Amino acid sequence: MTTLHLIAVVKAPVIDYKGISPLFAIAGGAVIVFLAALIRGRFAQRVLVPFLTVGALGAAIGLTIWNWHTGPSRPIIEGALSTDALALGLSLLFYISGLATVAFAWRSIALRESGTGEFFGLMLGSIAGMNILASSENLVTLFVGIELLSIPLYVMCASEVRRATSLEAGLKYLVIGSVGSATLLYGLALIYGATGATGFNQINNAIGAGVNITDPLLLTGIALATAGLAFKASVAPFHAWTPDVYEGAPTPVTAFMAVATKTAAFAIILRLFDQALVTVQVQWAPALAALAVITIIVGNAGAIAQSSLKRMLAWSGVAQAGYMLAGVVVGTKLGLQATAFYLAVYLFMNLAAFGVVIARERVSEHGDGIKSLEGLGSASPLLAWPMTIAMLSLAGFPATAGFIGKFYLISATVDGNWAWLGVMIVVGSMMSLVYYLRVIAVMWMNPLRIELPGRPRRAAREVRPVAGWSPEADPTAQPEVLLVTLVMAAATLFFGIVPSPLFHLAHDVGSSLATLL
Amino acid sequence: MTIYLSIILFLPAAAGLLAMFLPRRMAGWTLVGGSLLALAYSIVMLARFKAGGGMQFITNDNWISELGIRYSLGVDGLNLFLILLTTLLWVPASIASALRDWDRPRLFAFFLGLGETAVLGAFIAQDLALFVVFFDLMLVPFYFLVGMWGGEDRVYATTKLVIYTLVGSLLMLAGAVALGVMATPDGGHISFSLTTLAQHPLSGGSQYWIFLLFSAAFLVKAPAFPLHGWMPDAYREAPLPVILVFSAVVSKVGVYGFLRIVLPVLPQASVHFQELMLAIAVVSILYGSVLAFSQDEPRLVLGYSSIAQLGFILLGIFSLDPKGGQGAVMQMLNHGLVTAPLFLIIGYLAIRAEGRESLDWMGGMALRAPVLAGVFLIVALATLAMPGSANFIGELYILFGTFQSKIVYGLVASTGVVLASVYMIRFFQRAMHNPVGPHVESRDLALGPELGVIAPLVLIILALGVYPNFLLHRINAFAPTTNQALVALKR
Repeated sequence: MTTLHLIAVVKAPVIDYKGISPLFAIAGGAVIVFLAALIRGRFAQRVLVPFLTVGALGAAIGLTIWNWHTGPSRPIIEGALSTDALALGLSLLFYISGLATVAFAWRSIALRESGTGEFFGLMLGSIAGMNILASSENLVTLFVGIELLSIPLYVMCASEVRRATSLEAGLKYLVIGSVGSATLLYGLALIYGATGATGFNQINNAIGAGVNITDPLLLTGIALATAGLAFKASVAPFHAWTPDVYEGAPTPVTAFMAVATKTAAFAIILRLFDQALVTVQVQWAPALAALAVITIIVGNAGAIAQSSLKRMLAWSGVAQAGYMLAGVVVGTKLGLQATAFYLAVYLFMNLAAFGVVIARERVSEHGDGIKSLEGLGSASPLLAWPMTIAMLSLAGFPATAGFIGKFYLISATVDGNWAWLGVMIVVGSMMSLVYYLRVIAVMWMNPLRIELPGRPRRAAREVRPVAGWSPEADPTAQPEVLLVTLVMAAATLFFGIVPSPLFHLAHDVGSSLATLL
Repeated sequence: MTIYLSIILFLPAAAGLLAMFLPRRMAGWTLVGGSLLALAYSIVMLARFKAGGGMQFITNDNWISELGIRYSLGVDGLNLFLILLTTLLWVPASIASALRDWDRPRLFAFFLGLGETAVLGAFIAQDLALFVVFFDLMLVPFYFLVGMWGGEDRVYATTKLVIYTLVGSLLMLAGAVALGVMATPDGGHISFSLTTLAQHPLSGGSQYWIFLLFSAAFLVKAPAFPLHGWMPDAYREAPLPVILVFSAVVSKVGVYGFLRIVLPVLPQASVHFQELMLAIAVVSILYGSVLAFSQDEPRLVLGYSSIAQLGFILLGIFSLDPKGGQGAVMQMLNHGLVTAPLFLIIGYLAIRAEGRESLDWMGGMALRAPVLAGVFLIVALATLAMPGSANFIGELYILFGTFQSKIVYGLVASTGVVLASVYMIRFFQRAMHNPVGPHVESRDLALGPELGVIAPLVLIILALGVYPNFLLHRINAFAPTTNQALVALKR
């Protein structure tokens, strides 16, 4: 075999420029944002750069909708990236959480200290990584995506450079994230070793064609890859970093991590297990089910004792990851749809909650403590209602999207003969009532002046001013945060009553993996 | 296809929502208007209802087709009077709350209206998933109503209430989803329609565990004996108009669920667990009666007596006998009709005893307040099922049914009838007779705000005592097919 002959076989991959355009918008946006941030002056920093970021995200949303298609995936870069409704749909969630993060971060300390361009540029870079991850078709692009997603996040966590806890969060996330990535890489290498292929479809074919499904190399690879991805999705027992990092990171970054990173992690978990490894389902499903159960229990139990809202939402995020993992375990089309549906719902309710936390921590002396919400129901109902809706939805009350999401997940588990996992979801929801309802009680039921006719008379209790009240406590002083919060809460309510649009999207997503029944 | 029931269903919530945007003083009365309108509508429905005509006023639309949830409503002999009971009793509750000066009256009106809609929805729904939606939704307004306007320990009480009930409801949610999915033949479109589910019964084993999940939800709601832990706190702390509807109406949703869902859909399990449920019923009767006798707070007398009364209803249902079922439905209405005026009376008594709600501080009011005493006596006698009251007929039917199927439980349960008279007469005596309490101011009922609210209820109790056939003629607790299936299974 001559050198000449080798050169002849190598040909450039076919690139579908239409399909890759959303990624170009995001990555190009990141470059432009970095460059624009070099312009000094208040206008450029306060207005131009955020505007460009929003523009890039908006363009990506538009291009994603333009690219929307159902059915099996189409290659974008042959053998590396492909696009289907699963990738497109979940990308929309990344972009929406990116937009919300812009609004959340606009007045934040993190932005002032780390520089607007750096913050938003890194965020766009991370979103580009998520995009690659969601549309990866190959173990190599998977790893590239996950690193591109993670590295900017390490920096963003530490972006409040004068606050020690922020630096600590960044460092902790860096160390643990790297361990996770290394584990993942090890696992991917073993999967390649067992199947001799890196493409997801090729892996699936190889397993079908002759690789024994009890091959120890393959199973070790799957186990290590699962552990690595579990770090990213904060699935127990790989969740230990989550509360600390969520608490230490600047809250807009926390919101971004809680929603977008988790969605990205689930995007690749769905693709890896439901596409590449679907034939070995009998092997990984029991293990993932065990992880789901542990995650549900540990997450809910951990959240109960928290007095910091960010820590509480971190633990609750762990628990919610457990619910969604149940949708992966069943390995059916219905499970895929239910998981995608729940990811969208998860975005709405969490962003609504984080918006309120951000609005309050900036004005309250209690920071992100649960006490910062005390008496919010009478002091500023505009913030109390979204938080109430978010909590009710997270707990799974009807007339909110969270109820429909849980209903969907449970019916997917029962349908896939995993009924006991459905019962575990329910048990988790019961535990979660304790801490979600406490938030509502603090907002609405704390200091109140009440006349009780027909009961022993007591001195009337006066409404205490909200802790740390200041003129800024007026939520309309931060209209952009309020707007995001209200929109997300309204979406939570709307999709709880009229869920059909989301179902259509979930249905499209479900059509994208031909490997599923 | 008709929107008739949808109007009744959403009117109260709409009135509550409207009240949110009106001036504070008008909020309560807006809700009164809404609940009166809903009552008027349901009276028209009663007039147009054909006895023995099966399911009527049917609405059946797609709601969430992907999950197979249909917006399916209907009225038959089982829920007709329960709907009327709901719309009827929400009127005194909303009047009583409009007469009071609350903090945040608009929010109160909204939650009270939403509560009525949720309860009505649970009674009207003919789709299992829709029933679950309304059943769970019910908790949201009551969580806030108790937690925001309740007594000293309201947050503790309301949290306990919601956790207890939602644990049950969530188990039911899992059971309902499992039922719908497993009853669907392979490749078929999933359906939660109660008639479809009744036609495709599951195999024995699955029926059993689903039955237990449903029972957990319904028994907590009732409440029945081992699952009543939330009851004393919630009854003590809830505002009076709220606990009025909660005790009189909401507690019936649970036992109604047995008749509407569990018996027709899970007939095999119902027969299998018959003795267990009968035992729970009998223990509830005895336990509730004994504790009701030893309470000093009138609210708790009623609370524990509710446990006993709902035990009777449960007994009638799980006698699995048409007579027993009919008696159970009748007793649901009777209990609601006597509980509501009793709670109003507690309010009247407390106002006359310097706001103290304790039997120790009451006493001796009968002499100066004969009308109050007369009203109280009528209601108390109806509660203890005096012959001549509709309650008597109800309990008689229940005991008939039980004697026919399981005579031992019937014998034990009949002692409950005696115990009821013990605690009710004690309650009446300590409030009305005995030496006059130290701070009691014996005024008779004020004509407008007091007598005007309670008199219609008392008249209805009297009327039904005279002519119980009005109810019996229309009530049909078991659909004929279910009944046959159950009878066949029992043999």
